Amino acid sequence: MDGRRGPEPARAKDGATVERKSDRELVITRSFDAPAHLVYKAWTTPDLFRRWWAPKSAGVPLFSCDMDVRAGGGYRVAFGHDAASAHAFFGKYIDVIPNVRLAWTNEEGENGAGMEGGMPEQFAQLDGLLVTLQASA
Amino acid sequence: MVQYMNARLDATFSALADTTRRGILEQLGHGSASVTDLAAKFRMTLTGIKKHVVVLEQAGLVTTEKVGRVRTCSLGLRRLEEEAGWIERYRQLWEARFDALDKLVEELKCREKADGRKKRT
Repeated sequence: MDGRRGPEPARAKDGATVERKSDRELVITRSFDAPAHLVYKAWTTPDLFRRWWAPKSAGVPLFSCDMDVRAGGGYRVAFGHDAASAHAFFGKYIDVIPNVRLAWTNEEGENGAGMEGGMPEQFAQLDGLLVTLQASA
Repeated sequence: MVQYMNARLDATFSALADTTRRGILEQLGHGSASVTDLAAKFRMTLTGIKKHVVVLEQAGLVTTEKVGRVRTCSLGLRRLEEEAGWIERYRQLWEARFDALDKLVEELKCREKADGRKKRT
């Protein structure tokens, strides 16, 4: 803590904050007490990603997970117990700066509307890592 | 599912993005009112107030019933509660995800520390 900062950002213990930024945007923010590269790794390595993306409370396991983590690269995540019942979410990465920023779209259909998420650019100034998700239509 | 919810949320939020329409909802919160009552209350023409009522009705925020020549408007609050519920479920999903991510990251941190010690020795 260097005292120059304003109020402390919400820490992991405090849970995620949800802010209605506008009529069409919902911002979910959560900070992690960990170096950025580990959170980035957990978000971009399929084997690690599938361990947290489908929490038990969601009731459906992650069936498959393919990621091509680079700007313009696609991802495809399917929930379900087998190929027949799987429901896929897909989209593409629009901004990829390893350990700094990750932003993607969620297309889940043909209209391409959806979500952008990632690590905000100012994260390096924070003690922990801040992840902000912005859902917009 | 998300696309469907997005379309519904759009309708709800754009219906709410107008002072007169929010005023109508507030008014109906005190009790049902006819289109004529609302027009008088908001000093608008019948046509003008009807347009707002139609937007609110399409968003599921208001229900109307015509008896004889009088159209009565009432609050359709269930829909608004559904929207709030959706946001809450969304928050819970991400909270659960982030809790799982927290544990995983903690594990990676320990592993990295152990690897670091191994390299140095």
